[in-house]
Amino acid sequence: MCHITIKGLNVSYGNQHVLKNVSLEIPHNKITVIIGPSGCGKTTLLKSLNRLLELQDGVKISGSVYMDGESVYDPKVDVTELRKKMGLLSQRPYPLPMSVYDNVAYGPRIHGQRKKQILNEIVEKNLKAAGLWEEVKDRLKTPAASLSIGQQQRLCLARCLAVSPEVILCDEPTSALDPFSAQKIEETLSQLKTEYSIVVVTHNLRRARRLADYVGFIFLGELIEHGEKKDIFENPKDERTRRYISGESYL
Amino acid sequence: MTLRHVEEQCFKVLMVCATFLILGSLFAVIGVILVKGAGALSLSMITQTSKGGYYLGKEGGVLNAIVGSLYLALGATAASLLLSLPIAFCLQREYMKKRTANMVRLLLDVLWGVPSIIYGVFGFTVMLFLGLRASLLGGIAALTLLELPIMIRAIDEVLQMVPRELKETSYTLGATRYETMFKVVTRQILPGIVSAVILAFGRGIGDAASILFTAGYTDHIPYSLLDPVASLPLAVFFQMGTPFPEVQERAYASALILLIIVLLLTVSSRLFSRRFSKFVIR
Repeated sequence: MCHITIKGLNVSYGNQHVLKNVSLEIPHNKITVIIGPSGCGKTTLLKSLNRLLELQDGVKISGSVYMDGESVYDPKVDVTELRKKMGLLSQRPYPLPMSVYDNVAYGPRIHGQRKKQILNEIVEKNLKAAGLWEEVKDRLKTPAASLSIGQQQRLCLARCLAVSPEVILCDEPTSALDPFSAQKIEETLSQLKTEYSIVVVTHNLRRARRLADYVGFIFLGELIEHGEKKDIFENPKDERTRRYISGESYL
Repeated sequence: MTLRHVEEQCFKVLMVCATFLILGSLFAVIGVILVKGAGALSLSMITQTSKGGYYLGKEGGVLNAIVGSLYLALGATAASLLLSLPIAFCLQREYMKKRTANMVRLLLDVLWGVPSIIYGVFGFTVMLFLGLRASLLGGIAALTLLELPIMIRAIDEVLQMVPRELKETSYTLGATRYETMFKVVTRQILPGIVSAVILAFGRGIGDAASILFTAGYTDHIPYSLLDPVASLPLAVFFQMGTPFPEVQERAYASALILLIIVLLLTVSSRLFSRRFSKFVIR
């Protein structure tokens, strides 16, 4: 069974129809990359999974999203528990206005972890997982804002892992970073797929090729096609996909 | 030189002139108070209560007014802060529709412009109705009314500047709105809260009209919330109104003390807020 199943998802802002009847399956412990040009609804798709979208004004959402067979949009669902299960890594890192340590400990703390010893372990383990531990272990008390932007993004990854999510949603996680930091994030994500299901949204085709197991191509709000990386990149069925992948004008 | 360069130069001259005009008048005020008040400023001025009744005496000091003003302004500022934070949070999009919030903002801006004597008279009317006499409690209540709109709007303005992504970050970790507001947003706007507090405190401690009827005036330091209480602005007012030059000189000394208190509190809260502004996400 797939980890997340999206069925007939429609999203509109006001009278602008952003996602049109999108159906997609996201498998367990694989990296699913959603590609497509900017402004085609990729971020909207991500935010509709953890119900962040409904915080915006004038958004209409219909269709269904299931996680492990349970409906995400069921009114009985505890949104905070749901969001905890789906970590989000955004385009630009947004550390919380507190120290490096407190950034990682924030999630576990709000979910009830009070023991100093356990918090220390969580912080160390997840900073190591995000590949940041060696750089910050001597300055855990300094403000997170004082880190470089590449370090901040890895801190955000560690913070996201600290609440033990099942899925990691990444919205162009490396586009604001220098090549070295971007590579580090990519390597980390590749290692993490043994434990998490990962969804990455990007318009960078080379990155998609390197990271993906599965690929979905989204164009003007429609999911044109999706499947194994090999099928999409080497043998696309739709003309629009072929044109986008080969870098021809897709209009 | 082209017209654009002339324009540039003219504008620069205008800006510099305006700045010097404002700074000049500020230093003139401080200078006059210093020159006229420094002579009367003595240790007994700040260590003794007034002798000779209602500030008219030439002996003693204004300790009762210093303590009274601090009690009044600190009490009102603390009460305002406790009320302002939840109200300002409530005005944000998470809790209130934008139209309603803008309506409340308009009302608060009107309240900001209401002359302080109106708050004094209103407080006095309510106190008459309740059978209370002029007291510390009444003064704090009137000053709180005066400070509230200032503080709410100042905090509200910085709250609206908080990036949406910062709040979303907290939500994606499974935080509730309450946790997001009090653990993340409050830290982010802490320097703004300090500014709001300074602004409101400055208005509160310097106001004479709203406490004229509500706090009263006395030669003694208040021992309970129901005692009448003296204050520095009213001390200046009464001392200045006497025909005796020595007492008028004491009015300037009282004003100087008021100025020093405001200065000390402003500087110390700025230092306090600088320690936390390192954590703010830009």
